[in-house]
Amino acid sequence: MNKFWIILSHTYMSRVKTKSFLIGTLITLLLILGISNIQSIIDMFSDNSSKKIAVMDDSEKLFKPLESNISTVDDTVGLKLFTGSEDEAKEAVQEEEYEAFVKLSLSDNQMPEAHYYADNITNSDTQMLIEQQLQQVKVSMATEQAGIDQATLQNINAPVTFQTKALDKDAKTDEELSQARGIVYIMLFVLYIAVIMYGSMIATDVATEKSSRVMELLVSSAPPVTHMFAKIIGIALLGLTQVILVVGVGYALIVSKQGELTEGFFSYFGIQNTSPALFIYAIIFFLLGYLLYATLAAMLGSLVSRVEDVQQLILPMTFLIMIAFFIAMFGLNMPESKLVIISSYIPFFSPMLMFLRVGMMDVPVWEVSISIGILIATIVLLAVLGARVYKGGVLMYGRSSSLKDLKKAIALSKKE
Amino acid sequence: MTLLLKEVTKRFGKDTAVDHLSLEIPEKEIFGFLGGNGAGKTTTFRMILGLLDRTEGDISWNGESISYHKSHLIGYLPEERGLYPKLKVREQIVYLSKLRGMKKSEALTALEAWLKRFKVPEYIDKKVEELSKGNQQKIQFISAVIHRPQLLILDEPFSGLDPINVEMLKEAVIDLKEQGTSIVFSSHRMEHVEELCESLCILHKGKDVVKGSLKEIKRSYGKKNLIIHADESLEFLKNHPGVVRYKNIAEGCELQIENEDISQTIFHALQDKGFIRRFELEEPSLNDIFIEKVGASYE
Repeated sequence: MNKFWIILSHTYMSRVKTKSFLIGTLITLLLILGISNIQSIIDMFSDNSSKKIAVMDDSEKLFKPLESNISTVDDTVGLKLFTGSEDEAKEAVQEEEYEAFVKLSLSDNQMPEAHYYADNITNSDTQMLIEQQLQQVKVSMATEQAGIDQATLQNINAPVTFQTKALDKDAKTDEELSQARGIVYIMLFVLYIAVIMYGSMIATDVATEKSSRVMELLVSSAPPVTHMFAKIIGIALLGLTQVILVVGVGYALIVSKQGELTEGFFSYFGIQNTSPALFIYAIIFFLLGYLLYATLAAMLGSLVSRVEDVQQLILPMTFLIMIAFFIAMFGLNMPESKLVIISSYIPFFSPMLMFLRVGMMDVPVWEVSISIGILIATIVLLAVLGARVYKGGVLMYGRSSSLKDLKKAIALSKKE
Repeated sequence: MTLLLKEVTKRFGKDTAVDHLSLEIPEKEIFGFLGGNGAGKTTTFRMILGLLDRTEGDISWNGESISYHKSHLIGYLPEERGLYPKLKVREQIVYLSKLRGMKKSEALTALEAWLKRFKVPEYIDKKVEELSKGNQQKIQFISAVIHRPQLLILDEPFSGLDPINVEMLKEAVIDLKEQGTSIVFSSHRMEHVEELCESLCILHKGKDVVKGSLKEIKRSYGKKNLIIHADESLEFLKNHPGVVRYKNIAEGCELQIENEDISQTIFHALQDKGFIRRFELEEPSLNDIFIEKVGASYE
């Protein structure tokens, strides 16, 4: 068997069997289970019984219109005319007999007024509902007073006709845009998580082999470059296993809960109508992005002597992916901004940003090709550099763990 | 299968770690590599294995350069011990021997045989971190020899072992030699080198200060040791011509003399000096040679 495959399968198998991997995957699966059942969970905890509101109406004109208004909007809130003194009503609220107590009256200029009493005024749902509906009552009363008939009022309130149409034939429609936004968002997020998680896994793996000094044995039996790439691909496969598991279980769950949830979920993320080309771009940019950052991670991992120093040294890498992610989040709303366009050619940002542009805009193929070209060139460059650093780095042991060691590692791998 | 080093030099920036080192390491023998700390032993090994590129010079084995295609013929025990602490001995050795071109089943059979030989067959399913340092060393040794290499490089193989384990490992090394493995090993324990090696080289600051076969080196060194046990004081021998070094011991003294002829003049000088119980001429020890050759250049 080829050494590349031996190292790859060892990396994969030894990781897959660890408790942390199993537990991590299990937790993710539980999380998905939770999210897909979120509606039932919320329903389970929320109080569905109708809320009773005590109302005193001094004017005797307001209760009826308010009640009918509210009942059309929300049938869980029930108004009840209270026949007693104000203090009795307040007491009833404190005894939890009523959710709240509203005292309606007419002001001097014959406009509705209200006082709202509740145990606390943080539960603003009911409060806002009553306030809004009372406003409606007020509007109709005021217009009636001014002598405006209902038909005219409807005319005034009707929304303006406002239709949008892009003149550029290739431009995406609003609907397409929001669909693309969904898949772009998913891809950005998955890439972000993958780089952070598997990048640090690679760096830690390399550092572990280095700190346990088994590295010297390994590089004496297989070339460092083989070792480095076998590790990168091995961890990639591990990630793939996890993603397939998670997506598979997620998909099965969604299918098993057929109906409104499925439709809602898919149409929300715009997966149903996305063009296959976008999926292919997603895969290309994801793979290239992963490779780029994984090579960087392996290189950085080879520089540290102790596992504890890994996080510190891969910080710059974490920052890079975070910056890319934030630009992309900003770009979701402004895909045409200069920042996004320029960033879509910068190798460490382009996997996210060029994909975002491809998803949201119509980018000429040549622009995408240039971006991919630059990305691939950077990966090759980084791989060559990484292999040098790796070769020197794995033999280098020192107390300091900083980027300065990069130079030392390259020097060590050279003839002089 | 000789291993040839020709004018090999390694510089790290301005520091020269190995300086124009030329060696001919014979086949199917044990070759000793001696040197103080930082003499360049490990660097030389790393260059032989191709882990480090040499600045100048040439290394060839059997007329060819050493590359990763030959890694299944080479065994290496690094100075810094290194195994996966969390892996079981079985997984560990199977992985490492696969990388040296073995099949899993072969590796397992060989591993069991070696563990049995080292009297620790129960360790096969233990994690390395659970083993004592000496037992880890045995596992490390197995990982270096399990694939029956033709060339075996042992960097300080006996450090950190108790005498019983040292003997066990020494026997294994001798057996491997008899089965036709060429072995290069480094140590700063002179007695191990004297016991095992046919030929050797003493490195100091990257240069070979002494090299050749052990017998040759001792003979050409010229100086001899003379041990005398007597009842009377022997202090007067300090000023005897030809005595290089004088050292009192419990029952007499130990002398280093320029050549064996001096022993005869001393013998005469002792004629009327009371009862002499022992008068023995000895070959110089490697220790003496090392101290003189390396110590001299410290000054």
